[in-house]
Amino acid sequence: MGLDFSVVPKYLDVIFLGALWTIAITVAAALLSFVGGILFAVIALYAPKPVRLPFRAFEWLFMGTPLLLQLFLIYFGLVQVGIDLPAFVAGVIGLGLHFAVYNSELIQTAILAVDRGQMEAARTLGLSRGQALRRVVVPQAVRDVIPPIGNNMIALLKDSALVSVIGVAELTLSAQLAIGRTYRPFEFYVVAALFYYVINLAMEAVLRRVERRIQASR
Amino acid sequence: MTEKPFVDIRHAQKSFGSLEVLKDINLQVSRGQIVAIIGPSGSGKSTLLRAINDLDPLTGGEVWLEDTQVNKKLPHRQYEKHINQVRQDIGMVFQHFNLFPHLTVRENIKLAPKMLKGLSDAEADKLAEEQLDKVGMLERIDYYPSQLSGGQKQRVAIARALAMKPKVMLFDEATSALDPELVEEVNLVMKKLAEEHMTMIIVTHEMGFAESVCDRVLFMDQGVVVEEGPPDVIFRNPTNERTRNFLRKHLANANK
Repeated sequence: MGLDFSVVPKYLDVIFLGALWTIAITVAAALLSFVGGILFAVIALYAPKPVRLPFRAFEWLFMGTPLLLQLFLIYFGLVQVGIDLPAFVAGVIGLGLHFAVYNSELIQTAILAVDRGQMEAARTLGLSRGQALRRVVVPQAVRDVIPPIGNNMIALLKDSALVSVIGVAELTLSAQLAIGRTYRPFEFYVVAALFYYVINLAMEAVLRRVERRIQASR
Repeated sequence: MTEKPFVDIRHAQKSFGSLEVLKDINLQVSRGQIVAIIGPSGSGKSTLLRAINDLDPLTGGEVWLEDTQVNKKLPHRQYEKHINQVRQDIGMVFQHFNLFPHLTVRENIKLAPKMLKGLSDAEADKLAEEQLDKVGMLERIDYYPSQLSGGQKQRVAIARALAMKPKVMLFDEATSALDPELVEEVNLVMKKLAEEHMTMIIVTHEMGFAESVCDRVLFMDQGVVVEEGPPDVIFRNPTNERTRNFLRKHLANANK
């Protein structure tokens, strides 16, 4: 049985819809991982011990266990304690928190690398420590790690395929649905791969723009 | 000095472990006075300056600004509130400028007045323009710090400090990191402040500048004030052997 891409157009709308879901879940999870990453970094560095220590355990949970397991835990496990999340929401939370922890590691290092004089200058003007962190130190740290955070976001896009297992009809699951009807795995996986690649290119283009914009403020 | 001192440092003492970097220092500065602190590196002059706004807290002694004790003993939370308030009145300029690189010149200046004094955006803009005009940097208002020379950065840093309308300005080797040809533009700005009777305490290596601008000079060495007096006495007729040695060495280096 040879390859036959002529079956593809009929299912293109399904695949396309799946791609939209992939974009939606990636953008939502990326935002969560960015904001969460900043928040986690500040907690990890500056929160009082009773907050910091349990937080470390939480961090370990997200860094030391498979993302797939985390998605299962959030989607299937939380139901038992009365938290029944829609698959999309569970997927965004799982992906978002997972990558927030990785972003947090980057941002922590960057915060510690911001010149001490920045905090001093801000404090000298009368800003509190919190104000100085928020307006002076953290923005610089985040700016410095935009490129590696960008790499994390590309990884996030690729890992978003995992949410297919909890039933979000994103790109990978859509391809599988089409395959189920047509028995043409090669064709549809290739098409899905192309879609991932295009989304990837778009993300890289956006990242390059962001990087260029922050270039002047170094 | 008959008038009540404006800045009053009493029995300032500071140690890092067993190392005593400030030993019972007293310094009174009256309103509008300009005091230079000179001395070899490691003499404690920067530490003393940084104690005035509690950036380097003293181990002992008191710092007063007018009727407020800067390093008042208070529980942590209250102390933070107090010191943030006091610091608004004490401008400080650093050797390495410490401009905020992620903000434009305009935003550097507007940040604190907007956050702390509740200025509207328009008011803060006007304030930024005024202060930048004063230091001759108005044309660069929308530049980022990375696009400025060292001298320009320092002038912006001075404008940023002035925008808080401080009662006193502290200069921590403000020209030490500058290329020689950029020193003068910063000195000119400081002279202008002197003419406006800004109270200033200046840690410096620029003896010529100190002599021409300051009312009083302190020579510090090994954590003590060795000698103090009017600039012409300190620079022309120092009585202490250590002051003489320091100035001789310094002159020799400057002439190299």
